[in-house]
Amino acid sequence: MTEINNTIEKSPVKLTREDFVSDQMVKWCPGCGDHAILASVSKVFPEIGYKKENFVFVSGIGCSSRFPYYVNTYGFHSIHGRATPIASGVKIANPKLSVWIVTGDGDSMAIGGNHFIHIIRRNIDVNILLLNNRIYGLTKGQYSPTSPLGSITKTSPYGTIEHPFNPGELVLGAQGTFYARALDVNPKLMTEIMFEAARHDGTSVVEVLQNCVIFNDGAYDDITDKSVRDDRTIVLRAGEKMIFGINRDKGLHLKGTSLEVVTIGQDGITEDDLLVHDPYQADPGIHLMLAKMSGPDFPVALGVIRSAKCYPTYDDLMEEQIAEISAKSKIRCMDDLLMSGDTWTV
Amino acid sequence: MAAKDINVVEMEEVVIRFTGDSGDGMQLTGTLFSDTAALSGNDLSTFPDFPAEIRAPQNTIAGVSGFQLHFGSTKIHTSGDLCDVLVASNPAALKSNLKHAKKGATIITDIDNYEPKILEKAGFAANPLEDGSLSDYTIIKAPIRRLTREAVAELGLDTKTADKSKNMFALGLLFYMFNKELEHTILFLEKKFAKKPLVVEANKLVLKAGYIYGENVEAIKSTISVPPANIEKGTYRNITGNIATAWGLMAASEKSGRKIFLGSYPITPATDILMELSKHRNLGVKTFQAEDEIAGVTSAIGACFAGSMGVTSTSGPGLSLKSEALGLAVITELPLIVVNVQRGGPSTGLPTKSEQADLNQALYGRNGEAPMFVMAASSPVDCFYAAFETAQIALEHMTPAILLTDGYIGFGSELFKIPKMSDFPEIKPPIAAPNSDFKPYARDPETLARQWALPGTEGLRHRIGGLEKTDIFGQVSTDGLNHERMTYLRHEKVMRIANRLPDQEIVGAPEGDLLVVSWGGTKGFVRSAVEKMQKAGHKVGHAHFRYIMPLPKNTRQVLSAYKRVLVCELNAGQFANYLRTNFPEIPLNQFNKMQGQPFTVIELTEKITQMIQEA
Repeated sequence: MTEINNTIEKSPVKLTREDFVSDQMVKWCPGCGDHAILASVSKVFPEIGYKKENFVFVSGIGCSSRFPYYVNTYGFHSIHGRATPIASGVKIANPKLSVWIVTGDGDSMAIGGNHFIHIIRRNIDVNILLLNNRIYGLTKGQYSPTSPLGSITKTSPYGTIEHPFNPGELVLGAQGTFYARALDVNPKLMTEIMFEAARHDGTSVVEVLQNCVIFNDGAYDDITDKSVRDDRTIVLRAGEKMIFGINRDKGLHLKGTSLEVVTIGQDGITEDDLLVHDPYQADPGIHLMLAKMSGPDFPVALGVIRSAKCYPTYDDLMEEQIAEISAKSKIRCMDDLLMSGDTWTV
Repeated sequence: MAAKDINVVEMEEVVIRFTGDSGDGMQLTGTLFSDTAALSGNDLSTFPDFPAEIRAPQNTIAGVSGFQLHFGSTKIHTSGDLCDVLVASNPAALKSNLKHAKKGATIITDIDNYEPKILEKAGFAANPLEDGSLSDYTIIKAPIRRLTREAVAELGLDTKTADKSKNMFALGLLFYMFNKELEHTILFLEKKFAKKPLVVEANKLVLKAGYIYGENVEAIKSTISVPPANIEKGTYRNITGNIATAWGLMAASEKSGRKIFLGSYPITPATDILMELSKHRNLGVKTFQAEDEIAGVTSAIGACFAGSMGVTSTSGPGLSLKSEALGLAVITELPLIVVNVQRGGPSTGLPTKSEQADLNQALYGRNGEAPMFVMAASSPVDCFYAAFETAQIALEHMTPAILLTDGYIGFGSELFKIPKMSDFPEIKPPIAAPNSDFKPYARDPETLARQWALPGTEGLRHRIGGLEKTDIFGQVSTDGLNHERMTYLRHEKVMRIANRLPDQEIVGAPEGDLLVVSWGGTKGFVRSAVEKMQKAGHKVGHAHFRYIMPLPKNTRQVLSAYKRVLVCELNAGQFANYLRTNFPEIPLNQFNKMQGQPFTVIELTEKITQMIQEA
C-alpha cells in the first residue's frame, strides 16, 4: 500500500485493531454483512495511520447507521438522510479530521438523495461507505431505491414498478472523483478499497454489496456464490488488464463505443486486445460503462473503478480562500470592521 | 450652491416615503438621503417596503417599491407612521401610497409619467393631478424625465441610459428642500461607478439639476431644517438589522474563540445575513450555501460537533424544514444558533412583509419535548446585541438557541453607536480538556450544561446521536425512567438560563392603569405610543420582552403590577397565549395585527386610549 500524504496528523505509535474496538454490544443480526464491514474498518484504520482521535464517523438512520456506536472513534449517529451534510459541516469546520460516513441505500439514495449528489459535486474530502442491501432492514423489509424492478417486498407484494438506482451512475453523474465497489463476502478486497478511499483527496464513495439475512437474503447470490463469483464479477486494478473468469480467460474489450466480453483464444483475441484499467483518468466515460455493467451479459465490476484527481477539494479551496483574503484585508478584527466604511463622530 | 432667499422652517422630525417602480432605484435614493441625514447629525430609522417580484410589469401597482425614512432632532424610535413628503415617481406609486401620506403632505411626482396609458395601468380613470382629488396636498409636479434628459444632453447618452439617472433628480430636489449637502452622494457615485466616468457625470448633473429645480420652482415656498439630534457622544454608523445580526454573531465568535460556520440557504428576508457573512473570510468566517434548508442546519450541527460556532439563518418556511434537525441539536445538546427572520405566513405567505407569527414554531415546533433558548431582537441595532447574547448563551449553556428577528427590523435601519469589543465579556464554552474524565452527559451542577469534547482531542472519543442516551454516560438507552429524567434535565437546563437574565423592566411607574406588553421588533412603535400617552398624563407602562424562553424571573410580578394588561403583537395572539400558559391567573387583553406592516403609533394610541376609557 502506498503511503497516505495529507495534513491529517499521523499517530506516533503503530495502532492496532484493538484501538478501534468499542465497548458497545454489536446488535446487528447474526450473519449480517455489516459485521464483515466493521471488521474491515477496524483492520484498515491502523494501516491508514492517523491518530485515533482524528477519525470521525457520521451516520444517518438505518441498520448500517448504527455503525458509529461499534467503532471507537468520535462518532455522530444522526437523523435519516442527513449524515452527508453533517459530515460536510464537520470536515469544513475542521479539515484536519478524517471523516467517514456510513450510510445505506435508503439513507443515501432516497431520503438523503439530494445531499448525496451535492457532497459529491462539491468534492468535500470525506469517505462514504454505502452499505447497499437493496432493502429497508430496520423498518423490516420495504423496497429501497436500489431494489431491482419487480422485487417482492412488504410494500410491493405484487413486485416493484420503479427502476432502481445504480449508485455508481449517480456518483459519476454528480461528477464524483472516487467510486469503488466491494462485496461483504470479500473482506480482503474491501480493506484494500477502503485504504484507497482514505488516500483519495475528495469525496470517495465505496459501495459495499451487502447481504441482509433477514429481509433480502441471497440478494447477491448470483454474483457472490463461490461457484459463480469469478465468472460473474471482475476485479479491476489500476494498470492491469481487465481479465476475469474462473479460468482467467475472459476479458473486456472495446468494440466501437461499447464494451464487449471476449474470450482469450477465440476469434483471434489475445490478452493484448483487452482494456487496461485506469481509475486515475479524468474522463469518466469508461468508468461509467464499467460501473453500469451487470449480468447476465457482463460481469459486475468490483474494485476502485474511478479515482481521479481532476479538481481540488472544497475544504482545500475554503482554506486557501481564507488565507488569501486574510492576507489582503486590512480588517483584522471586529473593532476594525465596526469602524470601516461610513462612520461619523458626534 | 446658493439657496434662494426664502424662509427656512425648523422641524423636529420628518417622514419621507420614496416610492416608484421596482427598477426605479427608490431603495438607493432613500438610502442615500438617509446616509446624508445621518452624517448631518439627525437620528433616524428606515424601512424598505417592496414587492416579492423583482421587476413586476412597469407602471403597475404590483411593481411599486417603497422606502420610508423617519429622521429628526430627537430620539427616533420608529420608521414613522404617515409621511410628510411622498416621492411618487409614477401614478401607480401615487395610487398605492397616498394612504401613507399625512393630510397636507408634500407630494413630489414626475408629470412626464402621466400619459393616459400609464394612468390607466395604475387604475386611474382621470388624471388625479387635474381632477381636484389631491387638493389636500401640496403637489410638486416636476417634469423629471424631460429635465433629466436635458441635464445630460451634453454627454450624448442614449435616452435609456439617461433615464437611469432619474432618481437622482428627486434626491437633489429633496436635498434642496431639507437644506442637506450633496457631497456624500457625489462621493458615493464616484466610488460606485469608478469604472464608468460617464455614468458618474450623468448622475451628478441630474442630482444638481434636481437641486436647482428646487431653487426655482414656485411650489416650494420655504425649505425645512431638521437640526442635529442631541445624541450621545460617540462614533456612529447606519446599520440594518440583518447586517447587525451578522456582525453580532461575528463579535460572539471573536469573544469565544470559536470560528463561525454558517450553513444557510437563500430565503427572503434572511438572505442578507448569508450574503454579509460570506464577505468576511478575512476574519475566518466559513459560509456554506447549502443545497436546501435541511443541509443548512445539519451542516451547522456538524460544525458544532467539530467545535465551531455553528449557525443557520432562515425565515419561517425554512424553520419548518429544519424542525427535525433542531430536535437533534436538542438531544445532542450542541450549541447550534438559529436566526429566524420572520415574515408573513403560513407557507410562502408574504415573503417580503413582516409578521411575528413564528413564535409558536420557535417554542414548540419539534417532535417530542424539545425545549430551546429563544430570544427576540427589538430593533435593527438590537439585532447586534441580541445575536451576541444568543450565541453567548448557546455556547455557555450548551443548548441550541433561536434568535427571532423579523423582516421589518431585518431590512430596517437605524443609527448604531459603535461599541468597542473590549466592553464585551469573554464567552467561555465548557470545552473538555484532553485526556480528562469526560462523560458525554455529565453536567455542570449550576447550569446543567454538558461538556463539549472536540473531535481531534486526545482521550475524549465518544459517540452522540439522535437516540436517547443514559444520563451522565451517554450510552444508547430505551429505559423509560432514564428518558423521563433526561427530558426533565433538558427542560431544566433551559429554564436555569433565567438565573443569568436581567429582570424584566417596566418603562413607566411601577404600578398604574394599563401595562402595555410587546416583544421583538415592535418595540419602537409601542414605546412611542406609550410615551405619548404618558406625556398626556395617563398611568400607562411598557414592558418589552427580549427573552422569551425562559422568561425573566420577575415576569409574574411585572404582569401583576398594573390594573390591566394589553399584549400587542403582529400575530393572532401567540405571545399572549404563551403568557396565559405560564400565568393562567393573570387576565390579558390583546391587540393584534396581521397586515404585513408594522404597527402605527396612531393605532396603538387609539387602542390604549380605548382601554383606559373602558377601565
